[in-house]
Amino acid sequence: MLPGKLQEVVDEFADLDRELRVEALLDYSRMVPPLPPHINADALERVHECQTPFFVAVEVGEDEVVALHFDAPPEAPTTRGFAGILSVGLSGARAGDILATPEDFYTRMGLADAISPLRLRGMSAILARVKRQIRAQLAAH
Amino acid sequence: MAVGTDHADKLQAYAHPERLVTTAWLAEHLDDPGLVVAESDEDVLLYETGHIPGAVKIDWHTDLNDDVARDYIDGEGFAQMMRSKGITRDTTIVFYGDKFNWWAAYALWVSTLFDHPDARLLDGGRQKWIEEGRPMTTEIPERPPVDYPVVDRDDTRIRAFRDQVLAHIKEQRQLVDVRSPGEYSGELLHMPDYPQEGALRGGHIPGAVNVPWVTAANEDGTFKAADELRKIYLEGQGLSGEDDIIAYCRIGERSSHTWFVLTHLLGLEHVRNYDGSWVEWGNAVRVPIERPGRPIRPSV
Repeated sequence: MLPGKLQEVVDEFADLDRELRVEALLDYSRMVPPLPPHINADALERVHECQTPFFVAVEVGEDEVVALHFDAPPEAPTTRGFAGILSVGLSGARAGDILATPEDFYTRMGLADAISPLRLRGMSAILARVKRQIRAQLAAH
Repeated sequence: MAVGTDHADKLQAYAHPERLVTTAWLAEHLDDPGLVVAESDEDVLLYETGHIPGAVKIDWHTDLNDDVARDYIDGEGFAQMMRSKGITRDTTIVFYGDKFNWWAAYALWVSTLFDHPDARLLDGGRQKWIEEGRPMTTEIPERPPVDYPVVDRDDTRIRAFRDQVLAHIKEQRQLVDVRSPGEYSGELLHMPDYPQEGALRGGHIPGAVNVPWVTAANEDGTFKAADELRKIYLEGQGLSGEDDIIAYCRIGERSSHTWFVLTHLLGLEHVRNYDGSWVEWGNAVRVPIERPGRPIRPSV
């Protein structure tokens, strides 16, 4: 079982056919909230495995509830779609639950028939960065 | 119905000006019967966020490649794909896309494997069209299915395979590596800022010269003028129409861009694209690799 709403998102994709999956990914690309004012460029970490500039910042708050912030240019809708999935799926989840999320969680979503496998790896890379930042912040607490 | 060609001055200096159109020309001819605009992008969702009115999408991954073997679709698959996009054998296709037209050039190159008669590129691609504030839409065109004949794929003229590249090295023929200098030297196993794509070894094919694809492009995404291209490839690298030339990159998309330049803009007649490229070569057992300051291993 995946944390937060991520399980629902994965199930939603798994139930769609290929064309609708692409549309759903496009919907999620529009669900990336703008960066809040207190997150500045220095707090963002670049994810080099993504084919376009992509940045991630994680905040572990009270009770180890995690806030995720992503930034990617509008001309990179696929990468923004990955960010939207993680944002909707994991924002507000607890640190331990996110750390327990397998990095290949997206396999069941069936995106591989629409998106090249090399590109899909970007999703794992983003989640790996999120986890690393969570671990660093937990260690600093 | 035959669609006219673009008579813009810049294009006339190229060897085959009929293979390129300007954004201004396309804007005027969008509604020409017999013309279909096709978008091919690296980002597979980009078309859905907005495209040139009437344009169809050709996805390099799902439309052009076989879904089992690492190969292109066959004649039957290509005919079905073209039919579904409303393209006939007589249609003029204008390809355009993101990333300096890499995938548009790749799609054009694949259509050439099936000898589609009239395939052109939009000079400057998606980037220039948008920068000029030209119209975009999210409306997906409904093109009625049409007939397209089954034409066998011809891999002999413009496509090279690994064994042919090995023979090419032995005969000391021309090889052009169009990747970035860091990939060519073996310092990087992938494009700068791109994911590691699974090559186990770095370096280049022995004897290949390094002319990064971007050498042929202006910042606005258009191709450099004919005289500049001649300086780079003909004078600078000594390439000529007599030569048998193979271009490669990592999976064949950037080298499609250079293939287009050498073949259609400079008129060199024997240029092949090695689509296996570094993702194949850098993983293949016992193929020779050259790295700066190191002897070629295994020796050729």
